[in-house]
Amino acid sequence: MAELETHTITALVEDKPGVLARVAGMFSRRGFNISNLAVGHSEQDSLSRMTFVVEGGQQVVEQVTKQLYKLIDVVRVNDISSESIVVRELALIKVKSTAATRPEIMQIVDIFRANIVNVSKDALIIEVTGDEDKVDALLQLLRPFGVAETMRTGRVAMTRGGASTGAKRAAQPVPDHNAPDTDVVP
Amino acid sequence: MQLTGAQMVCESLLREGVEVMFGIPGGAILPLYQTLPEYPALRHVLVRHEQNAGHAADGYARASGRVGVAVATSGPGATNLVTPLANAMMDSVPIVAITGQVPRAAIGRDAFQEADTTGITLPITKHNYLVMRAADLPKVLAEAFHISRTGRPGPVLIDIPRDVLVEKAEFHYPEKVELRGFKPNMDGHARMIKRAAQLIRESKRPLLLAGHGVTISNASGELRELAEKAQIPVITTLLGIGSFNTDHVLSSGMPGMHGQAHNNWAIDRADLIIGVGMRFDDRVTGKISAFAPNAQVIHVDIDPAEVGKNVRVTVPIVGDAKRVLHALAKEVEQSTRTDWLKEIDELRDRHPMRPDHDPGKLLPQHVIRELSEAMGGQAVVVTGVGQHQMFAAQHYRFTEPRSWITSGGLGTMGFEVPAAMGAAFARPDKTIWSIAGDGGFQMTMSELATIAEHRLPVKFAILDNNSLGLVRQLQDLFYDGVQTASLYSGNPDFTKIAEAYGIWTTRVTEQGQVRDAIAGAMAADGPAIIDFKVDPGENVYPHVPAGETVYEMLEGPVGQDAPAWLS
Repeated sequence: MAELETHTITALVEDKPGVLARVAGMFSRRGFNISNLAVGHSEQDSLSRMTFVVEGGQQVVEQVTKQLYKLIDVVRVNDISSESIVVRELALIKVKSTAATRPEIMQIVDIFRANIVNVSKDALIIEVTGDEDKVDALLQLLRPFGVAETMRTGRVAMTRGGASTGAKRAAQPVPDHNAPDTDVVP
Repeated sequence: MQLTGAQMVCESLLREGVEVMFGIPGGAILPLYQTLPEYPALRHVLVRHEQNAGHAADGYARASGRVGVAVATSGPGATNLVTPLANAMMDSVPIVAITGQVPRAAIGRDAFQEADTTGITLPITKHNYLVMRAADLPKVLAEAFHISRTGRPGPVLIDIPRDVLVEKAEFHYPEKVELRGFKPNMDGHARMIKRAAQLIRESKRPLLLAGHGVTISNASGELRELAEKAQIPVITTLLGIGSFNTDHVLSSGMPGMHGQAHNNWAIDRADLIIGVGMRFDDRVTGKISAFAPNAQVIHVDIDPAEVGKNVRVTVPIVGDAKRVLHALAKEVEQSTRTDWLKEIDELRDRHPMRPDHDPGKLLPQHVIRELSEAMGGQAVVVTGVGQHQMFAAQHYRFTEPRSWITSGGLGTMGFEVPAAMGAAFARPDKTIWSIAGDGGFQMTMSELATIAEHRLPVKFAILDNNSLGLVRQLQDLFYDGVQTASLYSGNPDFTKIAEAYGIWTTRVTEQGQVRDAIAGAMAADGPAIIDFKVDPGENVYPHVPAGETVYEMLEGPVGQDAPAWLS
């Protein structure tokens, strides 16, 4: 199967009730596919930062970006796929264990630099941070023991270096982010 | 100054220059209504259905260029606003809708007349608000009006719980609205404008496609300047009609599904399309991959999301139509383009519109032509959706912007009655002609009561073919003539309906009576209704089948040698 083209997009949005519904509603009614969505407070008061992974080519991403900008509560949008970024996701994995299997599981957890955050008679909860591939690989190794439950946050991403994510675009001479004129040329 | 929420709404409306609003009261919005007597400058028009309040605000906005205001109560009042909000969203019309909501403590408990109004209207408004504190009202109202009228206009809804309307708080109206997420770009990119001018200079066969944006930004003068200087024919989209004088030598009419055939052929041959304030809608383009196959595209629009959405664009210009056209007109060279203009004239001669091909019948296009001649461009024309709308778009001659008001994107039947009423409040100096279909008219004719009450000079020309004409046409052309649910077997007597409301009326059954009937309606004080019993078999031509190309365009009745009705 051919790998789907995906883009990682971050958006700064007003931290207001309903903003997630506005963004999610726009994606669904315009038929855009997002494989991932993560939201949380940003470093600035009253602004949240969202990370999306959008499936599709350049043209789709361009429409997604512009449609996001049309939402009044969206302040800035950046496609950071082509930039040097740090990508992480956090997962909690509940895996079945017995006294016999526990050492082996702990070994795997060590190799992945994951943590065991809860131990009970018949299960462990493992906390792992990394990109999706790392989380997937750990899950695959744990599956034979019996994975009872997983909870994944989805991808969060940040550009490397001193500038805040998205600052690069804003520093360009084009004065207005609502008019990415030059980006539209096919 | 401590004010109640309701007083704050009124104070804010006054500060935004609102003179009239259309609405219906109900429990949740009642505190606002009970406050209205304190504000005599705010005129409230009691309508008969909330849908009509929304369309009236829409017609008011389109006719005046100002923000229209509609008011409704919670639950069914608010849900009845859904169609007009969607209509205004599609056609970029500035409306502020104010709805009552159940008290804060009752929200989410399925209270009496509760509906999730902001949730329901989220995809059909430019923005919406649920206001949970009276102190927030001034800021929200200021933002709502700013968002509604700025950039690409659109509807904004404000949902206010009943107890917020009676809550008291300090009133401070913001002098300026600053929204970090909403800063429309007004001036086009200078480099893009230079590139566009270069393309225009090099083009042998350019066409201007003018849309609603030209009217909205009051750019008719700039459009004419550019067209005349560079000698570029102007095609107006359905909503662009009126932005360019129909009688101008460079005016070419409408493109697309029911546009004049020569325009579609011209688009097919053009080497440059300059789309201004339009969105390359499927009714304009037909099959998108075959649209303007030989042309490069300059797309001017204030909404960046429209640029590159439907067609590939060579030069994108995001900005206000007026400013961009002005800059372009300065930049382009004086040209003649005699060959291209001659070619279009030849196309027009070879593909003319169907004239009055049967003097024995009362044809809808004949009625439109007579009406157009009688009015000489002096009326505001409002239509619904269907055959009558297309005949009006094809045959009526418009001399000024905002004299043509129609439901384009959403295609809302019944728009013609309440929108005409709204237009009458916006333009008391004008006669309003509502060109109606008998189908749409029956959807909203309850508003005749309001029109009669206020003695508004709204003259109805019902092109009455006793059917849903465009549906019947589609069935005849593409469904082997199986006429399912398109013919009425029990239409009312529209003249009797007029009489019931005390409205002047007459019926027309043959061509010879048309002129006198129009004169009679014009002479009547206040509203008038003419029931034109038009030929029910008449079709709108040309007709490009949905999703097809200009090569599949039907220019006349199928089976008839093309174009036999010429000889």
